[in-house]
Amino acid sequence: MKPANNKMKDDEYTMFGPNGWGGAPALERREFLKLAGGGLIVIFAVGESLSPQEGARGGYPDDPNAYLKVGPDGRVTCFTGKIEMGQGIHTSLAMMLAEELDVRLEAVDMVMGDTAFCPWDAGTFGSRSTKYFGPPMRQAAAEARGILVRLAAARLGAAEEALATKDGAVYVAKSPGKRATYAELIGGKKIEVRLDVKPPIKHHSKHAVSGKPTLRTDARAKVTGEGKFAGDIRLPGMLYAAILRPPAHGARLKSAATSAAERVPGARVVRDGDLVAVLHDKPDIAAEALGLVEAEFEPSASKLDNATIFAHLKQAAPQGEVVVESGDLDEGAKLAARTVERSYFAHYVAHAPSEPHTAVAQVEGGRATVWASTQSPFRAQQEVARTLGLPEADVRVITPFVGCGFGGKNQGGQIVEAARLAKLAARPVQVAWTRKEEFFNDTFRPAAVYDVRSGLDAAGKIVFWDYKNYHAGSRSSQPVYDIPHKRVLSFGGGWGGGGAGAVRAHPFGTGAWRGPGSNTNIFATECHIDIMAEAAGLDPLSFRLRNLADERMKRVVRAAAERFGRTFAKAPSGHGYGVAITDYLGTYVATMAEAEVDRDKGTVRVRRVVCAQDTGEVINPEGARMQIEGCITMGLGYALAEEIRFKDGRVLDENFDTYETPRFSWLPKIEAVLVDNPDLAPQGCGEPAITTMGAVVANAVYDAIGARLFILPMTPARILEGLKGLR
Amino acid sequence: MDKTIRFKLNGKEVAVETSPERKLLWVLRADLGHTGTKYSCGEGYCGACTVLVDGRPTLSCQFPLAKAEGKSVLTIEGLARRGRLHPLQQAFIDHGAVQCGYCSPGMILRAYALLLRKPNPTEAEIADALETNLCRCGCYNRIVAAVRAASQAMKMKVAGHEAR
Repeated sequence: MKPANNKMKDDEYTMFGPNGWGGAPALERREFLKLAGGGLIVIFAVGESLSPQEGARGGYPDDPNAYLKVGPDGRVTCFTGKIEMGQGIHTSLAMMLAEELDVRLEAVDMVMGDTAFCPWDAGTFGSRSTKYFGPPMRQAAAEARGILVRLAAARLGAAEEALATKDGAVYVAKSPGKRATYAELIGGKKIEVRLDVKPPIKHHSKHAVSGKPTLRTDARAKVTGEGKFAGDIRLPGMLYAAILRPPAHGARLKSAATSAAERVPGARVVRDGDLVAVLHDKPDIAAEALGLVEAEFEPSASKLDNATIFAHLKQAAPQGEVVVESGDLDEGAKLAARTVERSYFAHYVAHAPSEPHTAVAQVEGGRATVWASTQSPFRAQQEVARTLGLPEADVRVITPFVGCGFGGKNQGGQIVEAARLAKLAARPVQVAWTRKEEFFNDTFRPAAVYDVRSGLDAAGKIVFWDYKNYHAGSRSSQPVYDIPHKRVLSFGGGWGGGGAGAVRAHPFGTGAWRGPGSNTNIFATECHIDIMAEAAGLDPLSFRLRNLADERMKRVVRAAAERFGRTFAKAPSGHGYGVAITDYLGTYVATMAEAEVDRDKGTVRVRRVVCAQDTGEVINPEGARMQIEGCITMGLGYALAEEIRFKDGRVLDENFDTYETPRFSWLPKIEAVLVDNPDLAPQGCGEPAITTMGAVVANAVYDAIGARLFILPMTPARILEGLKGLR
Repeated sequence: MDKTIRFKLNGKEVAVETSPERKLLWVLRADLGHTGTKYSCGEGYCGACTVLVDGRPTLSCQFPLAKAEGKSVLTIEGLARRGRLHPLQQAFIDHGAVQCGYCSPGMILRAYALLLRKPNPTEAEIADALETNLCRCGCYNRIVAAVRAASQAMKMKVAGHEAR
């Protein structure tokens, strides 16, 4: 098995600001022991004992105690700084642990995103949980199992080599009646054991839990209403906050007359600089009272809207950074028989999580506890500590179930608001953004521009590739094709804005959006590849295979084609077939779609999507399929409808009446094909498939009607405009 | 002006003394501690807050408490009986029709209302009945399969539930 690369990609640091992470351990080992209570197994493996390195910001600890605990009842608790927002790691991480420790999946309890108990984690994003957290947790479980075998050898009077483990017990392989359960071996005692060598993790061929399709372990709590989200937390004396918002980004508060709101029985108005909030023990009455606040704001200085944004973005990003450069573009141009030059555009898109940003904060006796809907509890801990002037160790962030994230909950404005208000009010405070606040405060997927120039030789091979993107970010901006002369430049930094020489580009916050950078880079790249295929006189599938050298990618493309079972012809064929492929951070994806276009209304109906994915070793095939299906469904939204409309700093979309997201009637038949590759370490699965959706739909639409759409989303108005251009 | 409003919540009589104009969603969540019913859009566009009032699917974020007077309200907390899941809940688990789970209570209750009215719906009828409910995670196809499976299971009366 190849080791996973544990280093963070540079572009993922950008969202943490210039200082990045740093600082002291979140929790001392002794305090951890105290909090975690009895029934703890203390095992010191290779390396130093009693080191507080676990919990240190910047990496995962070596100490198995940081990841798991075996209770006196034999139940195993898994600790992870990752959170569950629908992606299914509540199940798949438990499967990895159960497999390596040899306990039943049902015996594993998950503690997720609680800064007091869990090993430090940068956050849950980038399809990184299984890929990066999985391996050290597996290793920890293997060590714990090794220690249990050592303890059992003494107890059972057998050599370690003669022992085996299963269902939370160690037994003598040749006489299974001689056994000791993990609970018996540990018995709530604290035991120090040293292992001289790290035990190896199991080969996938020996897996009994991992790799088997498994139902979600969190589903029961969610279908009964028992599962708690941040907004479901109730504390004695808790007040709900309704917060005054400006009408536009950049509009500063001039004055706020709050006396009418204060007269509402039970209402309290609190103010701290620009933060003005009404607190009440009923959330709806707080909101109603906020409506009585008469506020005046300076107008926003922003003069941008959807029509002017693209020209602005190009001039706001004067310098590009080289993502990749090989060969010589001039040499490539000399080899070209045909040159294709096009620009592509993508509008701002909202995360629109089902659960808006929510947090409950309690500040008492110099300590703060926050229940937050967040993807980054440790970052939230840091921000709350900074805001309240507390040491990080005195701030605990607890993450209940999170109702969607998609990158939007890397940002936790509501958490800081709740902490400030709880301190001001000296009462626990819940901040739950309204849907309008969610749209206004969101960090949108950035609008972006792409200029692509490329050349083909007479044999239909791509000879050069000159790619510039503005404000998209660099992820997936490198072509997966075998091209001798290429250069990729990224202007304006990443999805969070900034970058070399950039002036303030976006009129509001932007950030990571499921498959950040990639969705729109793949749209530009894979649409351009289709245009070249047509120029080469080839169908889009043959053209791709001709220009790919990577055998793993070719295998994935062929797997998709086999399931798709249709013959691609040179576009536009009238069939409405599309293809798009990508390598998303090591997960290979090939997506094929069949679409129909209503030429009178301009509407697109995607009938069928086949998505083949090689994501290395698959922990939970059922979970992987669910993620692929979810990606395809959500991807239809940014492909066909989702676009934040804005003007002069105002966000015009405030709810789902105008901001359309996919619903039942949109749904195509979706077929996910998991391409078997268990010898490759597990790769990410939560995002890869969505990144092909803009391109595959655009290519299917072109194949159907012969109109090429260069702007995302492909709304009916843009389709009709494209059709008009054909006449 | 506060008033005492009485209604049946999951089969039990409740009385709430509050403004009758307040929306049922907030009374359920804040006054009665029934947090299974979710806020998501607050304006009746997403279906997350769906409950049943006298058997009819109702957007609780739009429904004034006064109109609940004397009626019977069913929320997700009232669907399982004595710890036994309703076939719809079981089918949502078995079909992987849940991801983040935030829309699930509203989705399940709207499906429940459909099955009360139409015990054996086709897939198209299920999708049509649930069209107003949004799932950002994208479980739609699995939800349709789950509701269909539940309708078959209920026909066989495996769980011994009856329509309420």
